[in-house]
Amino acid sequence: MNLSIKHLLGLEGVPRADISAILDAAFSFREVLERPIKRVPTLQGKTIVNLFFENSTRTRISFELAEKRLSADTVNFSSSGSSLAKGESLKDTIRNLFAMKMDAVVMRHSAPGSVKLLSQFVDAVVINAGDGAHEHPTQALLDMMSLQEKYGSLDGLNVAIIGDILHSRVALSNIYGLLTMGANVALCGPPTFIPVGIESLGVKVIYNLDEALDFADAINVLRIQRERQGKGFIPSLREYRAVFGITRERLDKLHKTITIMHPGPINRGVEIDSDIADSEHSIILHQVLNGVAVRMAVLFLLLGGK
Amino acid sequence: MEFKVKARLADEQGLNRTITRLAHEIIEKCKGTENIGIVGIRTRGDFLAKRLAHKIEEIEQATLPVGVLDVVMYRDDFRMKTKLPRVEVTDIPFNVDEKILILVDDVIYTGRTIRAALDALMDFGRPSIIQLAVLVDRGHRELPIKPDYVGKNVPTSIGEEVRVLMKEIDGKDEILLVEEQK
Repeated sequence: MNLSIKHLLGLEGVPRADISAILDAAFSFREVLERPIKRVPTLQGKTIVNLFFENSTRTRISFELAEKRLSADTVNFSSSGSSLAKGESLKDTIRNLFAMKMDAVVMRHSAPGSVKLLSQFVDAVVINAGDGAHEHPTQALLDMMSLQEKYGSLDGLNVAIIGDILHSRVALSNIYGLLTMGANVALCGPPTFIPVGIESLGVKVIYNLDEALDFADAINVLRIQRERQGKGFIPSLREYRAVFGITRERLDKLHKTITIMHPGPINRGVEIDSDIADSEHSIILHQVLNGVAVRMAVLFLLLGGK
Repeated sequence: MEFKVKARLADEQGLNRTITRLAHEIIEKCKGTENIGIVGIRTRGDFLAKRLAHKIEEIEQATLPVGVLDVVMYRDDFRMKTKLPRVEVTDIPFNVDEKILILVDDVIYTGRTIRAALDALMDFGRPSIIQLAVLVDRGHRELPIKPDYVGKNVPTSIGEEVRVLMKEIDGKDEILLVEEQK
């Protein structure tokens, strides 16, 4: 099974067959993570550079683990402590790195589209680990994998994404991916956090949280980015919690159970209550494990063949 | 690619007899069924492993643990092919340490699949013995690997291929010798 895509820049326009192939392979790779020796020789001799121009814990470690579990050689780069600090341009830095013969690059950068730009001037596989508020495709893939694990299929599943949609690359990738896979997607949050015209992608917008919960089989709760505070998007964190926070009280009013997802890091007591995040309906820690598996699948499918 | 059937090497009854004989040979060589685990290589080795385990169970009234191995992650040739193989789940639901493992595949050819399978098994622990059972040995080995139990030795030419069909996936039991049509 070969993918039709050469790079993973985002999930926009990625065909269903490709997403299915990645998710199927991910379930196979996850088994490797449960073995006594958690390593397979699949990508022996391949070199992957992880370029992180923005802070990251989960994604960086998850990619690095996935690469190591597949026996690839990895090089890590973060912008602090590099020649970028000496004034070298991004393009020069990367060209120099690639003169050392890299097979793939995993990049996170604050500028939307930076990953696409990179793919145009390097001769290597490019994987997006988050570009600004644009896309974060591997996060959406691991979310979809976790849902598929729980429900068997994404077809017809009702998923609500709740919170700061405007600044969220996780939301956009999830929207593209889930719609391609046949799920119904609703967005919920304060109007200041909902991009104008987002309905044109084929999603519903629901401003009332209770209605959104009524609609949903599963919810993906986004982090309220504290750095956005004081910029007029929301009055206060307390106010946000009161209107859009996922609380026990709110869930108890429903006559059904909802699967809870969160891409992390969690602000406990703001967008979601602590006991909900740790409850039996939360699949947050599955998401983390599935993240490594999904990244192994993406690396294998993009780097494995000729 | 078109293939022409050159010979029918076994029908359902023949295949069944061969499996029965292999089961007896395994029990004889291992002096019983104690400590044995069976691992089939996807896809047809998996079904074969289950049938062998079932047969041994019939003969000795002992239940053997059965696992399935997917060796794609360990192959040395997927980098040379333009089409990537599908990776499927490996499931070995028992501890392989100190076990006698019977590795099962339908056809042995170059030996590279078995090499990959051996590497994979070692990542699950340290079996005390690994033995290899195959339905058909068609020759042309490229590695120093020799099966312990062979259903049929079938000398072939490079252009030929041995096809094992099994009810579980192909709808019928049959072993065919086919040749690529030029």
